[in-house]
Amino acid sequence: MNDLDELYQQVILDHNKNPKNFGILEDFNFHAKGHNPLCGDQITVYLKIKDDIIEDVTFAGNGCAISKASGSIMTTLIKGKSLDNAKKLFGEFHDIVTSDPESEVDFEGLGKLAVFAGVREFPARVKCASLSWHTLKQALENSEETAITE
Amino acid sequence: MSNIDVWKIREDFPILKAKVRGKDLVYLDNAATTQKPQIVIDKLVQYYSEMNSNIHRGVHYLSELSTKEFEKARKIVKKFINANFDEEIIFTRGTTESINLVASSFGKKFINEGDEIIISAMEHHSNIVPWQMVCEERGAILKVIPMNDDAELMMDEFKKLISEKTKLVSIVHISNSLGTINPIRNIIKIAHQAGAKVLIDGAQSVQHLKVDVNNLDCDFFVLSGHKLYGPTGVGILYGKKELLEAMPPYQGGGDMIRSVTFEKTLYNDLPYKFEAGTPNIADGIALGTAIQYVESIGLDNIYEYEMELLNYGTEKLLEIPELRIIGTAKEKASVISFVLDNIHPHDVGTLLDREGVAVRTGHHCTEPVMRRFDVPATSRASFSFYNTKEEIDALVKAIKRTILMFG
Repeated sequence: MNDLDELYQQVILDHNKNPKNFGILEDFNFHAKGHNPLCGDQITVYLKIKDDIIEDVTFAGNGCAISKASGSIMTTLIKGKSLDNAKKLFGEFHDIVTSDPESEVDFEGLGKLAVFAGVREFPARVKCASLSWHTLKQALENSEETAITE
Repeated sequence: MSNIDVWKIREDFPILKAKVRGKDLVYLDNAATTQKPQIVIDKLVQYYSEMNSNIHRGVHYLSELSTKEFEKARKIVKKFINANFDEEIIFTRGTTESINLVASSFGKKFINEGDEIIISAMEHHSNIVPWQMVCEERGAILKVIPMNDDAELMMDEFKKLISEKTKLVSIVHISNSLGTINPIRNIIKIAHQAGAKVLIDGAQSVQHLKVDVNNLDCDFFVLSGHKLYGPTGVGILYGKKELLEAMPPYQGGGDMIRSVTFEKTLYNDLPYKFEAGTPNIADGIALGTAIQYVESIGLDNIYEYEMELLNYGTEKLLEIPELRIIGTAKEKASVISFVLDNIHPHDVGTLLDREGVAVRTGHHCTEPVMRRFDVPATSRASFSFYNTKEEIDALVKAIKRTILMFG
């Protein structure tokens, strides 16, 4: 697989076309807006949290394939998880996209997050992949400020 | 057929031989910055290896030599835009600094509470933000000329906006994100009838068509060296002499003074009054070389050839059903902004890059333009006289591949 195919793996293309958990959550109790000024991407993450468990989560807005797929995969991964678990996943995701492109990736252990390993080759696109995750973090911290990936 | 021998011209630009990710570079991001001909690169090397010295102060040989070369570049710029006097040409860091200089200095002297400044809906952020800052500081009001769906300024609306309250009209000559060539001659005439001064942002125009500030009668004209085949970090502010003379200095420092005591400082004459500190000598000199290079090809020839590219590119791109061009003015420069159905411009940019095709994607520092056309961003291909129809074919092929991949 060449770099480009790796970046735009079928998984990402599919999530872009049919994103999971896309839209506004009706009974959310936490949310945050995210903005990537470089490309104009804007997303909002909505969360329904009860007893430290993410009972439901959605994201809405517009963005490129990578940011959309990232939001789709992220929401799938964190739904039903505890807050600590979600924070741990954020850390893992962050480590993948910011790691040295030459370094080995433990694809097995990463599970669905592994598809984002391709992003490492494209520094300009790391922000696209990170937008939904940073917005999630913002929402969990219950901050009114817009998350900005720049 | 035009008088441009493009394959011969391409030999002048070493970077055009570069390979990108194993593919031939197809550089279509000329509105962001143009590539540099060898002669400009050589001039920079020659300056630092043979004449580097500070200007306007030393009595030694090298200082005299570099001063002479720098002042020669000023004369080349003056002739290039047909200004009347050398002192009407101020060296700056670029278009942005040129506009900020006028905003700060002209603003301090001539803009008062309740006055109005008019800009247009297709301005670059650098021709919006400095005026917002002036308006906030001076209690003035910013008005915006709207544009129609073809990205042409609505002149009837302009006539309604302008009044005796208007102190300045600041308009882009050619839009960087839409390619529109604005009717600046008419705008200047209407503004002058109302008693307003006019600044023309020529960052995207001097490399495409002949500009004559004398004939246009604009009060200020600003440009960037790096979009004109010259180095980065140098730009020009042209201003009518009597206006520049009436304006206070922009920055204080060396070179801009006649004499300094702790009680009182006397400012230097034009153009030095606006050139505090050691200027960008090397890049200023190399800008002169770049202009001579452009003139050796001839702006009429450049215009004609780039129109050929624009027409060819527009025709070929419109053959792609999923593609929509943003910016369809009758008068356009060789800049094509486009969006693809259901594919974000950033994805387009990355995929074209993998084919060696360099285009710009994003809002192009014109967020209000993106909002006007209700798109988050666009992809933009901008052509120079060193581009070929084969390169446009490569662009089209890469776009088709992108569509297929996202299919």
